[in-house]
Amino acid sequence: MSTQPSGPTAQAPYLRIENVTKRFGDFVAVNDVSLHVQRGEIFCLLGGSGSGKTTLLRMLAGFETPTSGKIYIDGQDMSEIPPYDRPVNMMFQSYALFPHMSVEKNVAFGLEQERLGRQEIKRRVGEILEIIKMTPYLARKPHQLSGGQRQRVALARALVKRPKLLLLDEPLAALDRKLREHTQFELINIQEQLGVTFVVVTHDQEEAMTLSSRMGVMNHGQIVQVGTPTDIYEFPATRFVADFIGSVNMFEGKLIEDEPDFVRIRCEDLGGIVYVNHGISSAPDATVWVAVRPEKINLSRHPPAPAGGAHQPEAGAGENTVRGTVKEIAYMGDMSIYLVRVESGRTIRVTIPNVARHMEDRITWDETVYVSWHAASPVVLTR
Amino acid sequence: MKPQGLFSRTALVFGLVFLYVPILSMVVFSFNNSRLVTVWDSANSPTLKWYSALMSNDQILGAAWLSIKIAMISATGAVILGTLAGVALARFGAFRGRALLAGMTTAPLVMPEVITGLSLLLLFVALEQTVGYPSGRGPLTITLAHITFCMAYVTVVVQSRLVGFDESLEEAAMDLGARPAKVFFRITLPLIVPALVSGWLLAFTLSWDDLVISQFVAGPGSSTLPMVIFSKVRLGVSPDVNALATIMVLIVASGIVVSSLWMRYQNKRRERDMRLAASANL
Repeated sequence: MSTQPSGPTAQAPYLRIENVTKRFGDFVAVNDVSLHVQRGEIFCLLGGSGSGKTTLLRMLAGFETPTSGKIYIDGQDMSEIPPYDRPVNMMFQSYALFPHMSVEKNVAFGLEQERLGRQEIKRRVGEILEIIKMTPYLARKPHQLSGGQRQRVALARALVKRPKLLLLDEPLAALDRKLREHTQFELINIQEQLGVTFVVVTHDQEEAMTLSSRMGVMNHGQIVQVGTPTDIYEFPATRFVADFIGSVNMFEGKLIEDEPDFVRIRCEDLGGIVYVNHGISSAPDATVWVAVRPEKINLSRHPPAPAGGAHQPEAGAGENTVRGTVKEIAYMGDMSIYLVRVESGRTIRVTIPNVARHMEDRITWDETVYVSWHAASPVVLTR
Repeated sequence: MKPQGLFSRTALVFGLVFLYVPILSMVVFSFNNSRLVTVWDSANSPTLKWYSALMSNDQILGAAWLSIKIAMISATGAVILGTLAGVALARFGAFRGRALLAGMTTAPLVMPEVITGLSLLLLFVALEQTVGYPSGRGPLTITLAHITFCMAYVTVVVQSRLVGFDESLEEAAMDLGARPAKVFFRITLPLIVPALVSGWLLAFTLSWDDLVISQFVAGPGSSTLPMVIFSKVRLGVSPDVNALATIMVLIVASGIVVSSLWMRYQNKRRERDMRLAASANL
């Protein structure tokens, strides 16, 4: 089952952030960010602490005013609109449920501000509590709920106003691991059911990968890369992104051959040449970085099939292959992580799925092994 | 907490003795038949005669009633003004004049009462001469003076409560469409009620037993209870004052017992609710 929600409908962007900068004194929290989000998307802003993602979210909600730049929601300029008049609702990381009100009152609070009729409020609160399966608990106070229940009430309270944009600040951070997985899927289901556009802020890459239709990676107040989770994982644009999302083996090297359909890079770290079967655009002799994901690396006791074979049609002998010694094995259940020390002293991280239950013949500590990868696997980064 | 070891036990005993022996001796002597406070008339004691004497002493009863009125009005006024100041200090960020406001509201906490009283007296005199209000000194000026110094205490209580309070609650209310005034009355105020109650009680107590400031700003015929007691004691302690004090101790003690029982009950209920919620996880 794919966890990715239906893609965006091709239209004018629903949320437009244009050259937004936010300074706190000398500190630039958000630096010239421009971003478009389509209607019905789940867009994740992923970044470490201090990357500016929360500040950006708070500017969308109206709690902070951009120092410069504009935010448009559904074509409407948000500059002069205070938080209480924005067609935007937020789910807070702490959930911020009102402790002195019951579940029902919490959810009804937003509708009461719209001066809707009592019957209408009751109906809509009932509807949303039904969706999040909290109807039996409507008379409870927040302190009488478990963490997962509180999270759902917070979601309902934000959704019941039918916002154009729902902002979620670390929506799953306060839940334990099992519950988090369950809630992720639930969140996507509700989003599909109601068709609301979500903007999610998270520091958890797994959360971002499973939730989002597209995501933006933030660092030092800037958006480094925007794309689908697959784009970001398989085609990171910079070393920061490659390193931040998942784990990666990164080798510095010099470009020695640069053709439209392949490149060769000499890596001192590997004591050899990396052959990549797609071209890049860079100056010859430039310093570049080769990034290879641990799960795209093979381990074998013997040198892999000779060059020119079916495995790597164009790679020369010894290219994309390094000899090393297994230094560390971490058994994770579904897979094992091998740390292989190559002759230059560098350690390469390799993950091998544990397909069979008994593998007497599996590679073990201090064995000499050959580390190799397919010519399509490495990503060449120039920044 | 259980006293552990010799040191803790000694500390406990000394603490209790220091706190309660004076009160206890006062309570005992309020049942003394002798007019002389220091002589225990064992033949005719205990007696309730000073209590009945108290009930027919219009001067003391009048002063007590005036003190209660002043204390209630000034506690209420101090809570309103102190809450406003506390909210401004805790929530409005670094506005112009914040340091000045913070300093001014907390000044009465550290200012000697004599100076506060004197400066208020000078202010009231000057006001009477320039604008003609408040005319003369009396219950009104005492109340105003009490509001002034009680407000400082309420401000501190409210401000510290607001600082330890999740600001995202207020943001959430605003995000859901409530304007700032509504956020204050629907979210902030209900949540700081405990602080307001304790602030009110604190202000009431401070006003109730204030003597120094009241002396400065009181006029003829506006003697509060502490002023009456003080003037009586100067002429020699009369046992009906002991009776009065015993009644006050009784009222305060029962108030404390009731409120602590209530808090225990609330805590127990809350703990039970949280256990239930945790066991019904997901």
